[in-house]
Amino acid sequence: MTAPTVDGATTGAPDAPRTVSTISWKTPIALAVVLALYALLMLLAPREGSARFALSTPTDFFQIPVYVIPGMGTAWVCAAVAAALLVVSVLATRDGRRTPLWVTSVYAAALLFGFLAWAAAGSPRDLSVVGLLGGAVALSVPLVYGSLSGVIGERSGTINIAIESQLLAGAFTAAVVGSLTNSPWAGLVAAMIAAALVGLVLAVFTITYRVNQIIVGVVLNVLVIGLTSFFYSLVLVPNTQTLNSTTRFERLPIPFLERIPVIGPVLFDQTIVVYLMPVVVFLVWYGLFRTRWGLRLRAVGEHPRAADTVGIEVLRTRYRALLIAGAVGGMGGAFYTVVSINQFNREMTAGAGFIALAAMIFGKWNPIRAALAGLLFGFATNLQNVLSVVGSPVPSQFMLMLPYIVTLFAVAGLVGRSRPPAALARPYTKE
Amino acid sequence: MRLELRGITKRFGALVANDHIDLVVEPGEIHCLLGENGAGKSTLMNVLYGLYDADEGEILLDGEVQNFEGPGDAMGAGIGMVHQHFMLVPVFSVAENVMLGHETTSGPGILDLAAARETVRSTADRFGFHVDPDALVEDLPVGVQQRVEIIKALSRDAQVLVFDEPTAVLTPQETDELMAIMRQLKDEGKAIVFITHKLREVREVADRITVVRHGKVVGEAEPTASDNELASLMVGRAVQLTVDKEPPRHGENELAVEHLVVARPDGQVVVDDVSFTVHGGEILVVAGVQGNGQTELTEALIGLYPDFEGSIRLDGEELKGRSVRKVLDAGVGFVPEDRSTSGLVGEFTIAENLILDRTDGAPFVRAGSLQLGLRDEFAREKVDEFDVRTTGIDLPVGRLSGGNQQKVVLAREMSRELRLLVAAQPTRGVDVGSIEFIHKRIVETRDQGIPVVVVSTELDEAVALADRIMVMYRGRVVGIVPADTPRDVLGLMMAGVAPESEGDAA
Repeated sequence: MTAPTVDGATTGAPDAPRTVSTISWKTPIALAVVLALYALLMLLAPREGSARFALSTPTDFFQIPVYVIPGMGTAWVCAAVAAALLVVSVLATRDGRRTPLWVTSVYAAALLFGFLAWAAAGSPRDLSVVGLLGGAVALSVPLVYGSLSGVIGERSGTINIAIESQLLAGAFTAAVVGSLTNSPWAGLVAAMIAAALVGLVLAVFTITYRVNQIIVGVVLNVLVIGLTSFFYSLVLVPNTQTLNSTTRFERLPIPFLERIPVIGPVLFDQTIVVYLMPVVVFLVWYGLFRTRWGLRLRAVGEHPRAADTVGIEVLRTRYRALLIAGAVGGMGGAFYTVVSINQFNREMTAGAGFIALAAMIFGKWNPIRAALAGLLFGFATNLQNVLSVVGSPVPSQFMLMLPYIVTLFAVAGLVGRSRPPAALARPYTKE
Repeated sequence: MRLELRGITKRFGALVANDHIDLVVEPGEIHCLLGENGAGKSTLMNVLYGLYDADEGEILLDGEVQNFEGPGDAMGAGIGMVHQHFMLVPVFSVAENVMLGHETTSGPGILDLAAARETVRSTADRFGFHVDPDALVEDLPVGVQQRVEIIKALSRDAQVLVFDEPTAVLTPQETDELMAIMRQLKDEGKAIVFITHKLREVREVADRITVVRHGKVVGEAEPTASDNELASLMVGRAVQLTVDKEPPRHGENELAVEHLVVARPDGQVVVDDVSFTVHGGEILVVAGVQGNGQTELTEALIGLYPDFEGSIRLDGEELKGRSVRKVLDAGVGFVPEDRSTSGLVGEFTIAENLILDRTDGAPFVRAGSLQLGLRDEFAREKVDEFDVRTTGIDLPVGRLSGGNQQKVVLAREMSRELRLLVAAQPTRGVDVGSIEFIHKRIVETRDQGIPVVVVSTELDEAVALADRIMVMYRGRVVGIVPADTPRDVLGLMMAGVAPESEGDAA
């Protein structure tokens, strides 16, 4: 697939290592395959009628009328745009350049818009853009917190596959404590503590006893599902009123900003847990890359022996990282029971922890990128909700696969090289 | 600061790595710790640095007994170490690496990178070299990385500096520069411990020499001692430092490499337009500092880089495009650079490792079943022939010493019908006794009229073994010269300076 081509041979010893361009056709091939699948879908299942996109909510400063556009026409125009971008990508690759980011971004946006127009065509109901985006933000909350938990843990050198169990433990504890105290704040704090304890168990087995990190993570996930389901049926179900009926965080609309069309209701009419999200993302990023704590944490995840030889306590640093990671994951878990709905249900996280793990990898172990990936996956998850409202022909199970498919492509290296911390999964011993 | 080690003993299970070692290093002196690989030098220094706990003995600094819980304590007490395998985080910048562990902060825990950059610059200036504080360590050449290690130690105000095999990765010129830095440090009154097994370097800078063998101090020597004296002290018997060999008698076999270009998957060219010919009955040593394309050259020769450009012909047959299996079947013996990762399966027994390359048919496999009797018979024969010191052929090969492991690799690769032998770093991490044996076998192979390519980063070995020497620098051939080329010319070639008149370029 890659063939070296020599550019400009010189004689004598070179001053710098020479490089040849290795041409990778991965990106254009992927773009072409996706476009072909899209076109196939349009051809095999054409839909009649127009699509209705609603952009405004009644409380906005001003109203934007509902856009009515022809479904199939729009879909094919979008396909044409994507095809043009595919040509750009092919030309770029042929010249030995990488496909520019804007090409892939616009390509994805075009196909997404075309797909929405096709799916909503002929539906008498409006497709609410606010609902689509607002729901995406809400659904991405556990994903973003979960992926941050993953980033912190893995940057310190421990595979954190237990995000799912941290979310679930957080959700369960928040429900119980939130119900007992009638305070969502107490629920949130309790969720953080519970998830940190899950992190502690992970730390004890992987750091102190050096058990295979993936095995411990999987076992923890299964264990927490079992425990929460058991106590749910045994304790919560008979005592729903006292133990499983929380007070939720109220929405805190931000005056004026909330009335801006589209972005107002999406971004500025949320709960405190959602507002905290960008703050926590920034704090984790700043902490990892600008503080002593982060420098040491990353050193321990990259080259623990080097860290040890400059007097850093490797094991203690890793323990602390996993505790903090757990606490952050717990915030995501609390979302389920003190923000989203007001009670705990069996296995209510439904694999969000694994999507968070995918977001972390997709985000290349960088908090900001991981958070953006979490938003993207939240969007993908919400897409199927919205489409079922407008009566989309796509089975919801297919849409649910979307985040995982995106991740597969990401891990396969389509979005550039993804390099995990060098000491990931390796227990540290002094000998 | 005066460093004194008293009766340091360190055991790993039954193995006594350090047996009551005493050592005194005065301020303003360079004290050489000379010993073979595995003599216990590195273990001793890891004890000193707080990485290992000594079972017995004590460490004194300026007469006071120290009790190091970890490297942090040792550093705090003024001990700095330049490690053999650099203790640098590759994805961190120079400044980040230097500050790691004793970070300068502004505000609560917030890194002060500007101060760290300044530390790097001022320390580097003191020794007259330049290091960009913002460069990522992984992008720097090894010589510069080593300077970062030195800056790291000095920025913590180390008074005792340990250099653990620091010259292994350096060109002769870089080695000279390092020696100059060591002398300057000595003049500043630091106590310096210089660990090495290279006699030439010892005599050049040492004020005092302590020789270690099998974990014990076996004697002290003066820097004026001859190479032979030092070597026999180090090994414990008279050692032959040269390789006996007749002038080459060229055979009919021939390896011809033409315009070979090998690129890594990321596009970096690691072997750049390399052409050479090796005749039967001749040893061509590929010399150069580690990481200048020698590894990739040998790997391309046996088919591990199928995409290369150019041609590799053995007796006129093109090897390009053949799988490794087919290259081996064509009669190529290959001793890989790192026996523990690519030469042997550590958990497998000696017998299993010896037939690892011939598990696809008779005589060792019939109808899908291993012929155990035949295998063991073969293994016993080879263990005898190659003088592998072992308690039995059923021992996991990973438990053998480095030298004996290497003999197993050699036995396997030399027991096929050979038309070419490629040996990469055949004596690295091998005791002197095994080195002599391995050299002898390589010369015997050559005398059978087989072309031999040996990669070596040790100039001494290159000169001793070679009929011709090819020096590589940054993937290119700087020149192919006769083995009797002066060492300073070879040294310059290893730094990329082509010789004035190319000797034997054929």
